[in-house]
Amino acid sequence: MTGTGSKQLFRRAGAVVFWLAVWQCAAMAIGQEVFLVSPVQALRTLLELLPQAAFWRRVGFSSGRILLGFGLGAAAGTLLAAAAELSPLADTLLAPVMQLVKATPVASFIILALVWVRGSSLSVLISFLMVLPVLCGAVRTGIRGADVQLREMARVFRLPLGRRLRAIWLPAVLPAFRQGCSVALGICWKSGIAAEVIGLPNGSIGDALYRAKITLSTGELFAWTFVIILLSTGFEKLFLALLDRAAKAVTGEVPSC
Amino acid sequence: MLKIDGLEKRFGEKVLFRSLSLTVDGPAVLWAPSGWGKTTLLRILMGLEAPTAGAVQGAGRVSAVFQEDRLCPQLTALQNVLLVLPGAGERYAPAVTADFARLGMDAAALALPVAKLSGGQKRRTALLRALWAEGDTLLLDEPFTGMDPQTLAAAAALLQERCAGRPTLLATHDRAAIAALGWPVIELEKQ
Repeated sequence: MTGTGSKQLFRRAGAVVFWLAVWQCAAMAIGQEVFLVSPVQALRTLLELLPQAAFWRRVGFSSGRILLGFGLGAAAGTLLAAAAELSPLADTLLAPVMQLVKATPVASFIILALVWVRGSSLSVLISFLMVLPVLCGAVRTGIRGADVQLREMARVFRLPLGRRLRAIWLPAVLPAFRQGCSVALGICWKSGIAAEVIGLPNGSIGDALYRAKITLSTGELFAWTFVIILLSTGFEKLFLALLDRAAKAVTGEVPSC
Repeated sequence: MLKIDGLEKRFGEKVLFRSLSLTVDGPAVLWAPSGWGKTTLLRILMGLEAPTAGAVQGAGRVSAVFQEDRLCPQLTALQNVLLVLPGAGERYAPAVTADFARLGMDAAALALPVAKLSGGQKRRTALLRALWAEGDTLLLDEPFTGMDPQTLAAAAALLQERCAGRPTLLATHDRAAIAALGWPVIELEKQ
């Protein structure tokens, strides 16, 4: 790590420590754990949860569904973006749907979706709906940014579709897709957990959050919130690292198609 | 044989050229004053632009050096050439690398993505891509831009070797390049 890099890391760590200290002081000043639990107590609760099998089952239940929704949203968003860029008719048909999905409050979707699907599938549907317009928009921006001169070059040299995709389209689309994924991963965790809190599927993180609320277990509430933040950040970093590696492998060498 | 018959190109009221008829059955230099519309003519021959009137016959499959380099910036120079070759391009790599060496580009230059190459190196890459690509007709728009006299001589020699008997139109203003090539010159007059 460079000198500037380690200095920046220390500065960030210092900021975290500062706010933890503020939180600790505030908790001590209030003196009632029901209103504000201290960071030490929240950590203690988290450490109590960690060895429990039920904790990991909840993590698996919610992560699996939210990430499934993300994956489906990313796939559908990419396909619909390509369709909208290829066909003016598809563009016209999709425009109001995407506008509607973007503008509708997530709570309305959750309540409406409860009528359509089981509680256990709710977070899949909500994550999907929240991710879809973000990634559709991102991919469309990438497609529009593809170099016109390179597209003409590909036409003149009659490059096969596979080579056009790998040499011209993917390098144009991937940066926008990556940025979209970064935003969408955060959104799908927030909306997916919100859906679980309302739908209360058994064995989910949202269900645990709700139970913590009705039993006034503020320590658990903070501990689960911390787990959600860790999961969201961890999956985002992991996914983006895998995406970068895949992008390099796909676009950084001559295609053999 | 490339045949241009009564070609005309207008942009609104402005006539770029009209009644242009040419037959090209081997390599030739296309010389015209600035602003004549050479690049537009080459774009019509490439099928990238439609003429206002007239017809082009026999262009077949075209390979080209464009006015701009039009290289994939994330790929190396060698990868850019192999990209336009049929099948698994890797089997051509040794011969293409030898051509790069003739034009003064060594292994170090070939290891870099083209985004990091100089203007002259990019132009050499664009030229080799056009020479190696399968094509019935070769269209070259100022292919020597940014090349020093030594590289220009090497590039001209390579063109003489590879373009014999193939319909080729090379648009340039560079008198030294025209002299080095020794090809017939088609002079186009201002309309």
